[in-house]
Amino acid sequence: MADIRNNFVGIKSPNPFWLASAPPTDKAYNVIRAFKAGWGGVVWKTLGEEGPPVVNVNGPRYGAIWGADRRLLGLNNIELITDRDLQTNLREIKQVKMDWPDRAIVVSLMVPCVEEAWKAILPVVEETGADGIELNFGCPHGMSERGMGAAVGQVPEYIEMVVRWCKQNTRMPVITKLTPNITDVRKPARAAHAGGTDAVSLINTINSITGVNLDSFAPEPTIDGKGSHGGYCGPAVKPIAMNMVAEIARDPETAGLPISGIGGITTWRDAAEFMALGAGNVQVCTAAMTYGFKIVQEMIAGLENWMDEKGHRSLDDIVGRATPNVTDWQYLNLNYVAKAHIDQDACIKCGRCHIACEDTSHQAITSMVHGARHFEVIEEECVGCNLCVNVCPVENCITMEPLAVGAMDKRTGKPVSPHYANWTTHPNNPMAKVAAE
Amino acid sequence: MAEGLFKEGIVGGRLAPAQYADNFSDLHPPLDHHEALVESDRCYFCYDAPCMQACPTSIDIPLFIRQISTGNPIGSAKTIFDQNILGGMCARVCPTETLCEEVCVREVAEGKPVQIGRLQRYATDVAMEQGRQFYERAASTGKKVAVVGAGPAGLAAAHRLARHGHEVTILEARPKAGGLNEYGIAAYKSTDDFAQAEVDYVTSIGGIVTENGKALGRDYHLADLTASYDAVFLGLGLAGVNALRAEGEDASGVSNAVDFISVLRQSSDLAGLPVGRRVVVIGGGMTAIDAAVQSKLLGAEEVTICYRRGQEHMNASAFEQDLAAANGVVIRHWLQPKKVISDGGKVVAIELEYTAMKGDKLTGTGEIVRLAADQVFKAIGQSFEPSALNGSGPSVAMEGGRIKVDGEGRTSLAKVWAGGDCIAGGDDLTVSAVAQGRDAAESINRALIG
Repeated sequence: MADIRNNFVGIKSPNPFWLASAPPTDKAYNVIRAFKAGWGGVVWKTLGEEGPPVVNVNGPRYGAIWGADRRLLGLNNIELITDRDLQTNLREIKQVKMDWPDRAIVVSLMVPCVEEAWKAILPVVEETGADGIELNFGCPHGMSERGMGAAVGQVPEYIEMVVRWCKQNTRMPVITKLTPNITDVRKPARAAHAGGTDAVSLINTINSITGVNLDSFAPEPTIDGKGSHGGYCGPAVKPIAMNMVAEIARDPETAGLPISGIGGITTWRDAAEFMALGAGNVQVCTAAMTYGFKIVQEMIAGLENWMDEKGHRSLDDIVGRATPNVTDWQYLNLNYVAKAHIDQDACIKCGRCHIACEDTSHQAITSMVHGARHFEVIEEECVGCNLCVNVCPVENCITMEPLAVGAMDKRTGKPVSPHYANWTTHPNNPMAKVAAE
Repeated sequence: MAEGLFKEGIVGGRLAPAQYADNFSDLHPPLDHHEALVESDRCYFCYDAPCMQACPTSIDIPLFIRQISTGNPIGSAKTIFDQNILGGMCARVCPTETLCEEVCVREVAEGKPVQIGRLQRYATDVAMEQGRQFYERAASTGKKVAVVGAGPAGLAAAHRLARHGHEVTILEARPKAGGLNEYGIAAYKSTDDFAQAEVDYVTSIGGIVTENGKALGRDYHLADLTASYDAVFLGLGLAGVNALRAEGEDASGVSNAVDFISVLRQSSDLAGLPVGRRVVVIGGGMTAIDAAVQSKLLGAEEVTICYRRGQEHMNASAFEQDLAAANGVVIRHWLQPKKVISDGGKVVAIELEYTAMKGDKLTGTGEIVRLAADQVFKAIGQSFEPSALNGSGPSVAMEGGRIKVDGEGRTSLAKVWAGGDCIAGGDDLTVSAVAQGRDAAESINRALIG
């Protein structure tokens, strides 16, 4: 049986599935329900400094986009950090940690960008017995207008400075949560690393407008006729998040820096993918907000079964396994040739592969053969682009089949070369590095 | 339990009064807004979609479903009406399980096709309930066209001709327009007087005058029409009913299934409608099913369909056969009627002979079975009656007992087109009649303005 116990920067949890800092972790009631359902840990919803708490809007806080059958694909929110009194949160954190000692409780923090503010909050959090802190440098709406959240996360120097303050003023592990609303996520990650962070977590939510009401011409969610950009999350952001995780994992400057993966994780498979790219554990929010806490049961059993099936004994066997395979385009093997293949027994003849290829790509799929509706790849035209695979509604009906070395590529009329050759040495590349004679 | 349930003979009031409304409610209740959205999401928007190819009127089904899914049911309805102005009725009565839905790729993939018929009904209902008209008449051409028969073929032809600016006169023998939609389809397929609502919707384009009670051959002749109109479209339908060729079939209690259905459709008081306690329906098509199921719904205790060939030969679709079975109708195969037994002039039983295929010929085996029956319906097919058409003047050429037409619906006579069940080679489907009426109208238009 695979062992999925998690040790993330010294914080132990029975599984790698944490709930992210968000509405589901705002109070003891929800967190206790989550622990009862089986979640390994939570990052408590962001606390602010002592004093009157922030206020939230009293209208809609969330917007969404949907796929077929109104499956929620992406959610955005304009909710701020906790709007509950600091002492109430601290009291509840302490009690829950006492009652659930085997679960991870990390506390998310966001206070003004002055050292005194951090010095003030860190000891009171430490007193709760919490396992660690997460610095909220990502929240893209509201708080950023006040010089906090993403406003800090977008300036690497601030990140480094605040991380350093925290490391100097607490024994607790520090996880720095990064915003994706930047051009190169490696810069803030390097800054956090330089400041001494124990880990980074990413991604926070993405600036977004999910919809426009075409009667009122107002963005949604709409508050009294107006809307503001909210933070986007859910399955739709997973590819963006995974790339950012991989970018940090393979950056020589931050290699080995622990990463807590966040962004659209919904199933055990999503979690395994993030971990393979270098995440030491994962945080989930939208999936729980869509389906409730019970989904963790599928995640736990799915991860265990997959690991058993593949012979992975612990999480260490899978974390970062895909990182070395993430590379730059220029190093991809241009001598590798694959062609689409349509399984005629699985094909339901919807014709979407044909029309996608015919209208928008390479005219490499038939629609009629000998007067009958028939979809077949024309290898002379197929560039192996994979579009047909992606638009086919039947899983595994269309597959990309690599050509063996020496096999004839009917499109180019040349046999597949046994040699690896990439753009850096390609004759069409004016910058090609010609091998020394 | 209602008192009338076990009364012998053909009587009304077999059921409790409230039961009738339940029994004759919509067979496929309309999809509500949510159901329509969920169902429309299942469509894959296929390329050159098989469903569209299977539709006799070639409705762009993927497009109209996509329009439903994007919150544009009005645009969806126009997509449907562009090809089939009787799309509302076709959505209700088409045997979709042997047309569009049979070839839906999700039928191939999962055995669960997109419910195309119900989605079509959803979109057309929205447009018709809002009274949305999508077509305007072209400037008047001054040409006059006579349409004989206000059934699906005639209505489709009339609408298309009116759109092109021609003046259309529909001549209909019956008191109401609609043809089989009004008189020949099971009540639970066309509830709330939908057939008349659709006739009104179609004819409201203008330029169409309907004269009821005008029967060809009785009140006027074809030659009169060709003399006074620029073109004639014949959508006569089938007036004849095939005989059982069984001894004693003129006994009281033996009648045509189509007449029973027609009376039922026109009845304003189903409880007063008489039906036998033990009903036998002879035939294997949709009409047999419609008569049998409605007999059961009126309270007949035993209803048996007897068909002279096997289950696989029945014209009624599998869905219709299942519908009959679910309503308690027994379907017996390989039985042909031999003799109607009567007592005092009233039918009391029917004798049938078992049949078998000898080579490729159906023959009686000699074995006889006797079924008690106080009502027998004949549903062994309808036939075209050429006497009304060819009673005087030049004759229209026939083929296989029906009117011979070319690919555009032209008959052998100049200025005369035909479509619907009365033409040779038809499949007796409402939707095919619509396609034939529409296409003949286009041909007429080309001829008139060419």
